[in-house]
Amino acid sequence: MKEQFTPKIVGFLCNWCSYAGADLAGAAKLKIMPSLTVIRVMCSSRIDPNLVLTTLLLGADGILIAGCHPGDCHYEKGNYYARRRFALLKKVIKTLKIDPERLQLSWVSASEGKRYAEVVNQFTEKIKKLGPNPIQTKPYL
Amino acid sequence: MKRIGVFICHCGINIKGTVDVERLTEELAQYPGVAYIENYIFMCSEPGQKLIRDTIIEHKLDGVVVAACSPTLHETTFQDALEEMNINRHQLEVANIREQCSWVHDDIEEGTRKANLIIKTAVEKLKLNESLTPIFASLTKRVLIIGGGIAGIQAALDIADGGYEVILVEKEPSIGGHMIQLSETFPTLDCSQCIMTPKMVAVNKHKNIKLYANSELESIEGFVGNFKVNIKRKPQYVDPDKCTICDDCTPVCPVVVPSEYDEGMGWRKAIYIPFPQSIPATFTIDTENCLGFNPIACTKCSDACEPDAIDYDKKPEYFEEEIGAVIVATGFDLYSVDNMAEYGYGKYPDVLDGLQFERILSATGPTGGEMYRPSDGKVPKEIVFIQCSGSRDPERHLPYCSRICCMYTLKHAKLYKHKVHDGQPYIFYIDIRSGGKRYEEFVQQAVSEDGIVYFRGKVARIYKEADKMIVHGIDTLTSKKIEIKADMVVLAMGIKPNNSAEKVISNLKLNTDENGFLIEAHPKLRPVESLQSGFYLAGTAQGPKDIPDTVSQASAAAAKVLALLSNDEISHSPIVAIVNEELCSGCGICVSTCPYGARELDEIKKIATVNDVLCEGCGACISVCPSSAAQQKNLTDEQILNMVKIYSYL
Repeated sequence: MKEQFTPKIVGFLCNWCSYAGADLAGAAKLKIMPSLTVIRVMCSSRIDPNLVLTTLLLGADGILIAGCHPGDCHYEKGNYYARRRFALLKKVIKTLKIDPERLQLSWVSASEGKRYAEVVNQFTEKIKKLGPNPIQTKPYL
Repeated sequence: MKRIGVFICHCGINIKGTVDVERLTEELAQYPGVAYIENYIFMCSEPGQKLIRDTIIEHKLDGVVVAACSPTLHETTFQDALEEMNINRHQLEVANIREQCSWVHDDIEEGTRKANLIIKTAVEKLKLNESLTPIFASLTKRVLIIGGGIAGIQAALDIADGGYEVILVEKEPSIGGHMIQLSETFPTLDCSQCIMTPKMVAVNKHKNIKLYANSELESIEGFVGNFKVNIKRKPQYVDPDKCTICDDCTPVCPVVVPSEYDEGMGWRKAIYIPFPQSIPATFTIDTENCLGFNPIACTKCSDACEPDAIDYDKKPEYFEEEIGAVIVATGFDLYSVDNMAEYGYGKYPDVLDGLQFERILSATGPTGGEMYRPSDGKVPKEIVFIQCSGSRDPERHLPYCSRICCMYTLKHAKLYKHKVHDGQPYIFYIDIRSGGKRYEEFVQQAVSEDGIVYFRGKVARIYKEADKMIVHGIDTLTSKKIEIKADMVVLAMGIKPNNSAEKVISNLKLNTDENGFLIEAHPKLRPVESLQSGFYLAGTAQGPKDIPDTVSQASAAAAKVLALLSNDEISHSPIVAIVNEELCSGCGICVSTCPYGARELDEIKKIATVNDVLCEGCGACISVCPSSAAQQKNLTDEQILNMVKIYSYL
């Protein structure tokens, strides 16, 4: 029998909006699928494209980058940087034969606990459908 | 290698309910770098903190991971505990296994697995954390307060009395907010204007308060302790220094428009003073309605003005101010009655909202405090008040309780009864919430002495028959249909954040909740601070509240600001960017990326530099650096990658 696929998803959340949104989802006791684990960064603009590519090459099945809504960035324009970078990254990922759908950028504000739960659950479903990341490098620890 | 202690909190059953803390403790004891691991019921309690402090000595720890609630709640608590033991506060990491794990998962297997991962990432990050000391910057000992209602006024006076300068910005031509519109206040029935106007005058006279009325915040930059703001003063077209408030202009003005102060129940001219006790006491021309902007059409007020104070060509003025902290007191507006079509608002002139009724009750209102109804000037003999109009109705209107409507409706009914002795007030309610000091006594007295009739239930519809409003409702306590032929209907509208606050709040980049109210740093323990440092909250901008609570909160915000300003320097987070001089090629991409101007090129060394004081630690410059010369302290690429590895190698 085929083993059930539990995806490994990394969520890069900005400290000011999305991380607070995730906390709010928790405070509201919303149910979130457990495949995504969070790394808190100060701003979505901190996510170096190298980091995204390395994460995928290391075998993560999906990456969610979440930041403040356009116009609401705590650092004025960080999410615009993230948005531009993301558009390019999607193209680069294709050249690595990785489905660009494995990378998602979402805006989640500090008040959108419900939205955070929906984003994570939908993204998890999507990754489940896509199946495991074809690039499964062996750990070199 | 660093000796790291891991402390797992049960948080009662909040974490333990979905995370097998014992198993987690066993599993993680083997993890490289973990020198000691323990779990305890409440890590944040004093015994919990003592456990950390004692273990630090006993096991010679030089780093601590606390797996508990969100870092926004107790990161500083545990950092302080470390510092007491002479360990740098940056050697603490919080693994958020409550909000982002136990609370969102049901399954104990999944919860434990995920908590395991979260703690491991915290350990990995901590392994490479450097000990950092805060960066000190100078502090501007002045405060900006946005909003000149009772919250802004109270905070301004408290801070000014403390000896610091206050910049008070109010968007309307006069300070006073909604409180100055009220006739009397519950539960004491003291006159609102009588208690408010002395405070307004005090603001005007205080040597430490600089008032910008009819003004708006244009922009803000900087960080706590060192903000620069730009304030736009909209033209009033009347020079306040020349104007003698003789009021020769209003009688000659041919334009009559509904008065905002009277909530449309009265009239004003296109040149007007909002109300007699306005502060600052100056006339204003309302450009939307004045004809004088076409000089051929009308110059009547200008002709009548002896001191020649009127200048139709006046332009907006802009002022730069330097401040150290901001109090946001942007207040509320009533939930728009336009949304309550079923109650006939807008269709029937005798259906009013709470503030309109307040103006009719007020001695300074359009009727001089006499009780007449708007449609035909008759004295209303039966009035129906409908509570929770727009509140506590998640399907169609506001989901929350607006907190003040039960009491203000009761006050309305009482004041009406005091004016019309043979009148009969009826109140439809869902619940009576009288949770303030002397509020319940106020309710009981009204029911027993004033003959106010309460129906528990909602009104289904209102329609007009002859000159009466037929109110159909149900009394759910007796299950009887109620039909009242009312002369007037007053809708106790709920409250929502001020209509114009959204722009200001987004300008300040503050977080709001799903209803638009400002989010406090902690709902219980830090209710007057924003999570964004340097910003404080006062009054109904943060949530519905009555006058005593608003004033208390404003004074609390003032106390917080006074505490901040009593420091000579301000500490700034040391989580800033750094440059590896050997790798930097001096390309300058970081310089153009930095939103704060914290990056500069060193012309001699030909490398990029970081101004620690200006750097806000966003990390934008790190991702753009082509040679990885830029890094963020304690959140380096290596640290993030080590965390990612935990998740990827399952």
